Amino acid sequence: MLERYTTAASTYAHSIDHLFLLILVLVGFWLIVAEAVMFILIFKFRARDGRPTRHVTGEEKELHRWITIPHMLVILCDIAIIIPAIIVWYNIKQAQPPADQTVRVYAQQWAWSFQEPGPDGVLDTADDVRTVGELHVAINTTYHFELMSRDVVHSFAVPAFRLKQDALPGRTITGWFRPNRLGTYDIQCTQMCGIGHALMAGRVIVETRQDHAAWLMQNSNPPVAALPAAPSPLAASPMMAEARR
Amino acid sequence: MNMDCRAAPTTTGPRTFLIRPAEKPTTMSATAKPIANTRSATGIPTARLITWWVIASEIVIFGGLLSAYLMHRLGHPEWALSADHTNTWAGAFNTFVLLTSSLAAVLAHKAADALDGPRAAKLLRLTVLGGFVFLMVKAFEWTTDIREGFVLSSGGFWSYYYVLTGLHGLHVLAGMVIMLIIAADAAKNQELQRVECIGLYWHFVDIVWIFLFPLLYIAR
Amino acid sequence: MSTAVQHAEPGFFRKYCWSTDHKIIAMQYLFTGMAMALIGGYLAYVFRMQLGFPNHNVPGFGIVTPGRYNAVVTMHGTIMIFWVAMPVLIAAFGNYLIPLMIGCDDMAFPRINRLSYQVFLLSAIVLLLSFLVKGGAFGGAWTAYPPLSASGAYNLTPLGATLWLVAVALEFVAFLLGGINFTVTVMNSRAPGMKMFDIPIVIWMIVLATVIFMASAGPLIAGAVMLLFDQTMATGFYDPTRGGDPLLWQHLFWFFGHPEVYVVLLPAMGIVAEILAVFARKKLFGYKSMLFSTWAVGILSFVVWAHHQFVAGIDPRMANVFTVTTLLISIPVAELVFLYIATLYGGSIRLDTPMLWALGFLAEFMIGGVTGIFLGSSGTDIYLHDTYFLIAHFHYTFVPIAIISVFAGITFWFPKMFGRMMNETLGKIHFWGTVIPFNVIFIPLFMTGLAGDQRRIYSYAQFAEQSRPALQHLRTLSTVGLLVMLSFQLVFLFNFFWSLRKGKRAEANPWRSTTLEWTVPSPPPHGNFAVLPTVYRGPYEYGLPGRADDYWPQNVPD
Repeated sequence: MLERYTTAASTYAHSIDHLFLLILVLVGFWLIVAEAVMFILIFKFRARDGRPTRHVTGEEKELHRWITIPHMLVILCDIAIIIPAIIVWYNIKQAQPPADQTVRVYAQQWAWSFQEPGPDGVLDTADDVRTVGELHVAINTTYHFELMSRDVVHSFAVPAFRLKQDALPGRTITGWFRPNRLGTYDIQCTQMCGIGHALMAGRVIVETRQDHAAWLMQNSNPPVAALPAAPSPLAASPMMAEARR
Repeated sequence: MNMDCRAAPTTTGPRTFLIRPAEKPTTMSATAKPIANTRSATGIPTARLITWWVIASEIVIFGGLLSAYLMHRLGHPEWALSADHTNTWAGAFNTFVLLTSSLAAVLAHKAADALDGPRAAKLLRLTVLGGFVFLMVKAFEWTTDIREGFVLSSGGFWSYYYVLTGLHGLHVLAGMVIMLIIAADAAKNQELQRVECIGLYWHFVDIVWIFLFPLLYIAR
Repeated sequence: MSTAVQHAEPGFFRKYCWSTDHKIIAMQYLFTGMAMALIGGYLAYVFRMQLGFPNHNVPGFGIVTPGRYNAVVTMHGTIMIFWVAMPVLIAAFGNYLIPLMIGCDDMAFPRINRLSYQVFLLSAIVLLLSFLVKGGAFGGAWTAYPPLSASGAYNLTPLGATLWLVAVALEFVAFLLGGINFTVTVMNSRAPGMKMFDIPIVIWMIVLATVIFMASAGPLIAGAVMLLFDQTMATGFYDPTRGGDPLLWQHLFWFFGHPEVYVVLLPAMGIVAEILAVFARKKLFGYKSMLFSTWAVGILSFVVWAHHQFVAGIDPRMANVFTVTTLLISIPVAELVFLYIATLYGGSIRLDTPMLWALGFLAEFMIGGVTGIFLGSSGTDIYLHDTYFLIAHFHYTFVPIAIISVFAGITFWFPKMFGRMMNETLGKIHFWGTVIPFNVIFIPLFMTGLAGDQRRIYSYAQFAEQSRPALQHLRTLSTVGLLVMLSFQLVFLFNFFWSLRKGKRAEANPWRSTTLEWTVPSPPPHGNFAVLPTVYRGPYEYGLPGRADDYWPQNVPD
């Protein structure tokens, strides 16, 4: 149902969307029932001449049952929500599938900047690609991100991925995502960070593996000496291995 | 306009309510008290009840501050090096001073219960003297620390040290001021029930110090 | 029997500005709160105009720059919670009703009461001054997260930030003073015969609210002192480069912040309950169950706070604990709602204006309550946190609390307070003109939130996915709803001030209610009761079979 409002472009977007639908059905049911009961009672018991009110304390057993039974059902519904909620949360925020790639995301007043491994597939080497405002990623690839803030609290949100994580100064916070749809998606900062808060827009560009590899080649620094015992830096990179599969 | 200025005598009803026995005119302060002040559905006199609530909210304030400090201290073992610079003797002396002044406050309460206002006033003023000595020692400590270069912005431990002892010191000072006002009334045998209340507050200030002293001065 | 003592008639200053009479102090809080509501409403107008008609000149304000936008949304939230909801619901209604409904002549400590208003007024002045200083009002959001809020270099509103903090601290002091007075008065000063379960539920709710406030405010006061020092004295409590931690503030803030919503909810629910009983002519359904559920809500409210911080960088394992507690708290809240609805059963319902507001509260608050589930569930909160879905959720709770229940209370107790009746027709027009547009404002915002609109953003022009025309239509629709709703408040203002002078004179008990405040003249004299009452039964004896009247006041022996 959420997909009607925003594109779903990552693997875990669907799990969040399904959880949303489950909650919608359960709470929607209670909302409609409670509102309906209330309006029916207002209508049924509007003041009418000559009809006295009933002296009801609410402690009468047959009547209190009307409270106790819904009360129990609400508890069951809560449990039915809590369990999938924890599972979804666990899969997104606690258990991180093994990374195909790691990227660094820097938040600062007022821009997003990124550091991606270059064609050698290793971060913090000379051929890393550093960009501002644009994060290029390959489709069907599991990314870990390391999120840092250089000044105040920001928040890295990619609605299409259903991704959100606050960035704190003094800490590196990790998360993951796996894009499964090509396209360009917004990055919004979603924690008040000063007057440029609305202006630190970014974009995630999800490309095919070939396009992404080509982009990396174009944008990385010239590679330093080739890795020993490797036929070529490119052929040995995990990314190319993956692309060939 | 009509207003009831005197406490109503006990009324009969389905419950017995504790209402203070009809006061001698001299015990009433210049501004008339509402009947609301003199009733006691719980059995606890109103003045004491409000004192406990004040103390309860203060506990939460100091509790919050102390918890924040404790969590940080546990995460920063190197703060022990800074804590070494606090003057443990001064802190111990101050603990003794506060405890003694609390004793004076207890004796003041006893005197008030015996309706001996002037004696209660004297003992309250002795308590204030204890507070004054406490603050003087604190001033000496702070001066020494500042001279050695340890100020509020010197870093983790010192920031907490000054905020904790500073907030505590403010409460000591406020207590002293209120205590002097109550002593002035007590000397005229007025509002003697307040002697116990300010005594309770003073014990609370004392207890906060008893937490601060080990945490700031002794703990490694 | 009590003796009546004649006092010299006080002058205007002593009577209206320096009074210790709880009713005057209540009016002071009410009018200050209403004035601040006008300011808070104006601020909402400003930012919604920017969002509905981006980058146009806003009539009565000017161009909404990003910096001014941040200040406007920060101050809107701050004012509405601390200077409208709390003073009107707790201080105004609490001050007015407590002595009257428990049958005594004033609060236990009238001079502390007066002091609490004076500190509160000072806090309001300090806050409003912050609009005028260099840099303008604070722009770091009402949540004031450091390091943004701790450093003028980051927030660009250093003076505003400090004044904001001082104002909030003063407001806390005022409410601690007031709350302690309320609690002691209700505990001790009740009329003879009024046992614990004979206390009207609105009084219980107000007292519980003040107790929750007192228990939760402490850590934030500590945190505010630390933030003040970070702002002004170069300390580093929240600065990671100096060994501090920004998350510390968040925990201290939300440890208070979550119970705070129940601090404002409880009095609102109390007001609604009183009105339901009177206008359905029914005993409250399960008064004791209501109390027990309220106690449960109060206690649970202290262990849910980190649901505001799911994605804040806390240990992800902690989130699981808080999602469980948060969803659990929905149970006693749902119970309360069910009990309220059940009170209608078997009643004889008259839909006068106060009752319309009370029922409107229930209808709208239920939407707020159920949408909270999406946010309390950690999995969905990842997507919904800090979006317009959240904003719509909390407005569906806050508007019933701070606006709907307040109008319910004002229209209900106006006759008692001012000795005149408000106009019923104008009241009904005002009701429908508020409630319908309210939904027009916020239902579109649920949708824009689901579509990815994050909050505190002055313009979505930078975001391709958020610049779709359909979304802008929704934002504009929401703004139009606000404009309509604000216009209808003129009806209320007219009705209120006109009725003060020209309304039909009110008798002592125009609504035929059982509680003690309706046994004294409208308005009550200084000292309230010529003869202090004794109480013989609970507060909701309506519809007893075999009696001539369908209500049995608390103070009538038989």
